[in-house]
Amino acid sequence: MAVPGKMLLMGNEAIARGAVEAGVQVVAGYPGTPSSEVLETLARFSRDYGFYVEWSVNEKAALEVAAGAAYAGARAMVTMKQVGLNVAADPLMTLAYIGVKGGLVLVVADDPGPHSSQNEQDTRKFAHFAGLPVLDPSTPQEAKDMTVAAFEISERLGLPVILRPTTRTCHVCQDVILGPLPAARNQCRFEKNPGWVILPALAYKKHIWLNRKQEEMALLFNSVPFNRAEIKGKTGIVASGVSYNYVLEALEMLGLEASLLKIGTPYPLPGDLVLDFLSRMERVLVVEEQEPVVEDQIIHLAWRHKLPLAVAGKNDGLVPREGELDTDRVAAALRKFFGLEEEKRAAGAVHPVPELPLRPPVLCAGCPHRPVFYGFREALKDYDPVFTGDIGCYTLGVVPPLNALDTCLCMGASVTIASGLSRVERGRKHVAFLGDSTFFHAGVTGLINAVYNNADITLVILDNSTTAMTGHQPHPGIGKRASGDPARKIDIAGLVRGCGVEHILQVDAYNLGEVMQAAREAVEHEGPSVVIARRECVALTGPGGRYRVDAETCVGCLTCVESFGCPALNRDDEDRISISEKCTGCGVCAQVCPAGAIEEEEQL
Amino acid sequence: MKFDLVIAGVGGQGTVLASRVIARAAMEAGWQVRTSETIGMAQREGCVVSHVRVGDRLAGALIPDGRADVLLGFELAEAARALKKLAAGGRAIVNDEVIMPTSVSAGLSRYPVQDIRRYLEEELPGVCFLKASALAREAGNIRCANVVMLGALSTFPGLPFTPEGLLEAVLETVPNRYRDINRKAFEIGRRAMGVY
Ligand code: SF4
Ligand code: SF4
Repeated sequence: MAVPGKMLLMGNEAIARGAVEAGVQVVAGYPGTPSSEVLETLARFSRDYGFYVEWSVNEKAALEVAAGAAYAGARAMVTMKQVGLNVAADPLMTLAYIGVKGGLVLVVADDPGPHSSQNEQDTRKFAHFAGLPVLDPSTPQEAKDMTVAAFEISERLGLPVILRPTTRTCHVCQDVILGPLPAARNQCRFEKNPGWVILPALAYKKHIWLNRKQEEMALLFNSVPFNRAEIKGKTGIVASGVSYNYVLEALEMLGLEASLLKIGTPYPLPGDLVLDFLSRMERVLVVEEQEPVVEDQIIHLAWRHKLPLAVAGKNDGLVPREGELDTDRVAAALRKFFGLEEEKRAAGAVHPVPELPLRPPVLCAGCPHRPVFYGFREALKDYDPVFTGDIGCYTLGVVPPLNALDTCLCMGASVTIASGLSRVERGRKHVAFLGDSTFFHAGVTGLINAVYNNADITLVILDNSTTAMTGHQPHPGIGKRASGDPARKIDIAGLVRGCGVEHILQVDAYNLGEVMQAAREAVEHEGPSVVIARRECVALTGPGGRYRVDAETCVGCLTCVESFGCPALNRDDEDRISISEKCTGCGVCAQVCPAGAIEEEEQL
Repeated sequence: MKFDLVIAGVGGQGTVLASRVIARAAMEAGWQVRTSETIGMAQREGCVVSHVRVGDRLAGALIPDGRADVLLGFELAEAARALKKLAAGGRAIVNDEVIMPTSVSAGLSRYPVQDIRRYLEEELPGVCFLKASALAREAGNIRCANVVMLGALSTFPGLPFTPEGLLEAVLETVPNRYRDINRKAFEIGRRAMGVY
């Protein structure tokens, strides 16, 4: 990542490069797909370039850490996924009133589809709500260029700036042209001033200030290179972010021509540029993913300026509001807009598609979460318990044949949803499952709440010593920081004890007997109890042996495949079970098998 | 110039590495490139698709349906699932090895192997089937199946890079200590297509 030139970079790496080019000084974030690689990349280069990087315990902490640095004049960046911004919303909404001295850029990655998220919320709408400018890149190259610009815009306006890439920028690679590295960094000193202390009287004044800033932003955005118009007749397409690419390709595919307005700053819109474009049009189609953010502002502008203009898009159902767009979906919208016939069936695919197997994501072979789910489900069969889930790999505990989760809402909700359920169904067993990283992020407060209010629940902490789902980032419980430097290790059992939990059981996740015993014991305890199931994520440790099925001993009960479901266990057409090379040698299936037919392969 | 390639497989098969290598080779040959990969939950044994686009005037990274010039099917059923991306007359290499999803072992879904293979043969006259994992094992490591597929790909005429360029990109992408095995896997992939 050193010399200027061209490099194949993933969008998230390009954003990291942009931050380095802008002379970033402090970076904080919490992992979340599709945003995680931004901070991971910066962590790798923090020592060489001399800036500070941390994985924070959650997004609220991350934003506040970055804001503190920016108060003193540093250039700071904070990274998260879209739902992370909800956690950071409290500081954000008031930070917009307070403002910053050094440039503060929030990278908030949206996930239309969604591919790896619990909702499709649109960060552009959040920016509008907060009164903060938002940049919407269409490619990794633009994401890098926007990152550099975002720091300058932030310092010029004295406000945080949001960069909102989507999955198809974050996880897209491009040949990116690099820019020069910075010659100097911001000088940092926190200057005392009553303006940093928000009180009701100041809030009122700052609210007026923030509202005035909206006009300044709109004016500024008339001249950024991310917004541009190309006039070709009185029919126009307006496109924001990655949708712009789909419009270009769809127009070419359909052999159509239209005026084009590319929007890189969906909030606030560059008022003059947009008005000028609209005033030359008879009708426009607005193409954007997720919410009609640009479209609604355009309707507003057209109405205020009494433009004789027809606006098509999401409000009339031409452009889908849910899921992600692609060239095919945009082409379908263009066909309707231009009054073309619907597409004929594509060539090829003359034969009927055969039945294809379902292939939902599942926990890895040898994943330590599987025996915990299995053990609790089997041990508590007679209780009809409710299992509440959380956000992480272990959300996959819901996938058949495990079928071990009944709820999943958001980070940390397992313990609090269980608490709520326990209030109205006394006597039923409520067991919450969450991972170690999620426990630090938002589980601790819920656990304290459960102890304080004496909720009759069991919390199972699946401690696999990593933040697995997002790519194995460290967290406060493992003694390592983002930079790889050693850190004080926060002991989960000690923390749980400190929260006031009296009944704590610690088990090895691979020991099914221990897990089942703990399950029975924990739910019998009245009041809050905690089971900590430990075993490092197998994706990190790698395989440690291999098991096999002895065909002679196997009784064909199918328990291993129909009830447990490790992906290394295969069943053929004649219901014979075999173990594939995916086996990591965890040995749990051998404990599940009632006939004792599964045994460790002898090492050669 | 425009060259679009789709890779379809199962999480854990190394599709991301394969698409990066192809992009790298094309970039070194002087083209613009885009890739789009499946990163996230689906990487845990789910369906994953990589798009690779090469050209001189690129926009989006997602290949529209019926437009891909080449399909690399890393797994039989996933090749069939992604077939709609391939252009009429497009070429395909399919790894004729089955990764049974747990849904099938659990008895919740079916995997009609013969029907799927026949469908691919009928839809893709001249499709190349090979057994990538078996060939990778021959090279010394079953995890090099992705590079076996790249070796096979390198035998196609009309690619926007040379076979040497593609091999070079493989060797630059994999860790040093795996270079020899990957070189071998690449060669074995070429041989599987009858090219020496
Ligand atoms: S990555 Fe780790 S925690 Fe996630 S499913 Fe695989 S083994 Fe389990
Ligand atoms: S030992 Fe059994 S449960 Fe563990 S990975 Fe191998 S097949 Fe799966």
